[in-house]
Amino acid sequence: MSSVRIPPVLRDAVDGSRDLPASGATVGEALEDLFARHPALRARVTEDGSLSPFINVYVNDRDVRFRDGLDTPVGDTDTIIILPAMAGGSR
Amino acid sequence: MVTAGPAGLTLPRPIADRLLAHARTELPNEACGLVAGAFDGDGGGRATSFHAARNAEASPLRYNVHPEDLVRIVFEIDGAGEDLVAIFHSHTRTPAVPSATDLRTAQYDRPFYLLASLAVPDAPPDSALRAWRIVGGHTFEVPLRVGG
Repeated sequence: MSSVRIPPVLRDAVDGSRDLPASGATVGEALEDLFARHPALRARVTEDGSLSPFINVYVNDRDVRFRDGLDTPVGDTDTIIILPAMAGGSR
Repeated sequence: MVTAGPAGLTLPRPIADRLLAHARTELPNEACGLVAGAFDGDGGGRATSFHAARNAEASPLRYNVHPEDLVRIVFEIDGAGEDLVAIFHSHTRTPAVPSATDLRTAQYDRPFYLLASLAVPDAPPDSALRAWRIVGGHTFEVPLRVGG
């Protein structure tokens, strides 16, 4: 079972929790397990059933886009973080 | 519940100077970073430190706080018991007003969006910086007090 670290901006969707356990062999499976127990979190970070493009996902502080995305394997010692991006621009 | 409200952001002058120095250093690209501090009970905030970040877009028109910097800084601020009071970025040639892109991509209701315009070279912080809230796809300018 992995641990999911919740940033301050998302804690109101998980009753204030800072860390939550999640079951699954991959990041995607672990997040699905977490969302099943915390539907408010799912509503915050997904669009049309998929993770929003403005949500960064990390395993042990490494962005999973540079690994295997939601297929990145996770185990008991791994920490997953979901964190809304900060992006924009003048145009 | 976050409200637009009249509550504003207080930015000590040394921090304002650091923000603008970082923005000018990053030219011709947009610059970005996070501002730590504390919210008061009325939704206003006071900045205590600036954490410069890399712009992963490295673009004059776009910014994206580098994901590695973002996760490190967010949890540094949280670990120190501080609030993320503002998200900073610069516009290199346009006013310090959130763009349509800024509205579409905004993910944070509570922190202020602090923008710098570098359209006027060497403009002082009072005129180069403006603070906003972006809530539900709408922008609300809030009072920015530089100094204090």
